[in-house]
Amino acid sequence: MRLQKSALASGAVLALGLTAACSGGGGDSTADDSTITVAYQKTAQFVQLDDLLQKAKSEYEAANEGMTVDLVPIEAEQDQYFTKLALMNGSADTAPDVIYEDTFQIRSDAAAGYLQPIDEYVEAWEDWDQFPDTARQAGLGDDGKVYGVSMGTDTRGLYYNKDLFAQAGLPTDWQPESWDDILSAARTIKEKLPDVTPINVYAGKAAGEATTMQGFEMLLYGTDDELYDADTQKWITGSQGFTDSLAFLETIYGEGLAPSLDIALDASVGARVATELLPQGKLAMAVDGSWLPGGWITGDNAWPEWEETLGMAAMPTQDGQEPGFTSMSGGWTLAVGAHAGDPQAAFDFIATALNKENSLKYDTENSQIAVRTDVAEDPEYLGFNPSFEFFSSLVDYTHFRPATPDYSQISSNIQVAAESVATGQATAEEAAATYDEGLVSIVGDDATQAAG
Amino acid sequence: MTAATLDRPAAGGGFRRPRRRPGRTALRLLPLLPAVALMLVFLAGPVLWSFYGSLTNQALTGYKAANPEFVGLDNYAELLTDDGFWKAVVLTVVFVGASAVIGQNVLGMALALLLRAAAKPLRAVVSALVVVAWVLPEIVAAFALYAFFSTDGTLNQVLAWFGLEGPTWLISVPMLAVILANIWRGTAFSMMVYGAALSEVPPDVTEAAAIDGATGPQRFFRITLPMIRRSISTNLMLTTLQTLAVFTLIWVMTGGGPGTDSSTLPVLAYQEAFKFAQVGYGTAIATVTLLVGAVFSIVYIRVLKPEVD
Repeated sequence: MRLQKSALASGAVLALGLTAACSGGGGDSTADDSTITVAYQKTAQFVQLDDLLQKAKSEYEAANEGMTVDLVPIEAEQDQYFTKLALMNGSADTAPDVIYEDTFQIRSDAAAGYLQPIDEYVEAWEDWDQFPDTARQAGLGDDGKVYGVSMGTDTRGLYYNKDLFAQAGLPTDWQPESWDDILSAARTIKEKLPDVTPINVYAGKAAGEATTMQGFEMLLYGTDDELYDADTQKWITGSQGFTDSLAFLETIYGEGLAPSLDIALDASVGARVATELLPQGKLAMAVDGSWLPGGWITGDNAWPEWEETLGMAAMPTQDGQEPGFTSMSGGWTLAVGAHAGDPQAAFDFIATALNKENSLKYDTENSQIAVRTDVAEDPEYLGFNPSFEFFSSLVDYTHFRPATPDYSQISSNIQVAAESVATGQATAEEAAATYDEGLVSIVGDDATQAAG
Repeated sequence: MTAATLDRPAAGGGFRRPRRRPGRTALRLLPLLPAVALMLVFLAGPVLWSFYGSLTNQALTGYKAANPEFVGLDNYAELLTDDGFWKAVVLTVVFVGASAVIGQNVLGMALALLLRAAAKPLRAVVSALVVVAWVLPEIVAAFALYAFFSTDGTLNQVLAWFGLEGPTWLISVPMLAVILANIWRGTAFSMMVYGAALSEVPPDVTEAAAIDGATGPQRFFRITLPMIRRSISTNLMLTTLQTLAVFTLIWVMTGGGPGTDSSTLPVLAYQEAFKFAQVGYGTAIATVTLLVGAVFSIVYIRVLKPEVD
């Protein structure tokens, strides 16, 4: 009897851990209205936002006597950041007032009731005119209301190391025109420089959204297929492009053209590419985001030689089909939490953090593509970083992620598919079939359609 | 059961069985109420709540986070048809069997036997070393083992001194790595339990067997083992349940990967609930884990009959 109880007890402990997610924890961080809590991400490589919010905090507190801004940095990689935020939002006691929110999470978190609409505040904000329609779109919820103010956007492309290319006898002014061009360059590098990893395309679950967006979607949106049909509002199953994109990952990981799995499947892979593999010349090509130079221009991992060493190329479409190149754009926003005691104060803090001066500071230091018209046209912004011109030019080819509340779950499903082909546990066809099954279980049969 | 034991003295004592007075029995049960209430709130409550959670489609974000719906047994039906779930069940059984039932118990027993025969200083040093692994908080032990097994970790560097090139342990043999890690961490517990049990075996019994001509192994298997049967049963149960719930160790070392090659049930439950945001589905997996623990417990109780002497 006693022993059976202990079985029950240990099961209960396990169950407790899970049910805690539903009920959320205790705490009193937002107890009174004179404190604004701000939840945001901070890592060893990503301190630019912390700098910005510290500055905004002192400005806001100076301008509003009696108000306190409580900065709550969440020190986690992106994947765990979302989980922590969702758990904080689970209870009114711990829910932050201002949230650093990825654009793809907005619809999902607005639907979950974690955010509150800020239409009335933005309309009264004199700077709102500076945000063009595309930037405003990024902060909309499913109900068409404004939930977030865009901080900047980004694009993705292909970085390549000119020194390594020269050593391998490849052109240093390089622009691949199909996936095959990339593969043949990678194979040449593997042959000529066996100690160098030819290319990184993210494919691990631990890398989170980076695997979906910098990895898989940079491939998929260069095929003839997409994830989601915006006209019929249905998710696409069984597309050739999906299988081909996985097959590309299968090829580079299977042939040893990509980083070894102990690096590729680790949560720190993104940081290692940016601060170790590229700067130390151990990686010849990387599909990655426009923000990387921000970390090389200033900060602990400064790498001033990046300008001479690295070349940048647009990501080609699969067989060079129209329009020739592809890119993906995302970006982050500041949003007001649903449980904010004083939403006006929370919004005022956002308005301070994203005024012209502060937006300029953040967009330059963090290598963002500016969304505010006055910042984008500012000579100081344009002259700050030589990569801005290139990455801004990719806006013509760019795609956005499907904006639906289910996207974040589907994104996780894509990461599972990518990791299973990278590790050789499934073929591209098998992984695509598993994805289709998972997709149907998330959105239901009615919300999918077969590719055709 | 406790109630029955309390009743017995009242029932005995005369030729005629006195009539049971319901009022008095209820009064005698009264002092148990606080304990029962606490058990209900803190043990049965979460279990029932988790079971209810597993019948909904609660999510971490999206519409289903705001308004979860009751979906009946859908989550369980989906589980049973999910290859990933069955793989996790197999991995869990392998993990528990290899690291707890075989590894920790056999190694713990062997250490306890050897230490009984060892010189005192040696005994002190060895037990101290073994217990250190047990004393370390799980997260610290997990980081230490990650550093030990990782590709340029301690183990491969030591192998390199001998001119050997070790494999990428956490990638090529993830289950072996986490099983060894759990044996390393948990053996101390079994060693202590068995050490205590062995010291309770009266020496005259084994001496008598020795005089009758029983060999060492015969004395161990026919005398000592049956006498400490109850300790074995308790220990098997505790190590099994503890290992069934191991999460931190695996999560830190391999993250359940590569792919799903070391995703045991707790890791799978966490991934579904917190990474894929399907809290309801994850809770269903946790409930199944609870059932697996119950099955193990019943098997031990039936097979080893700890209550019978």
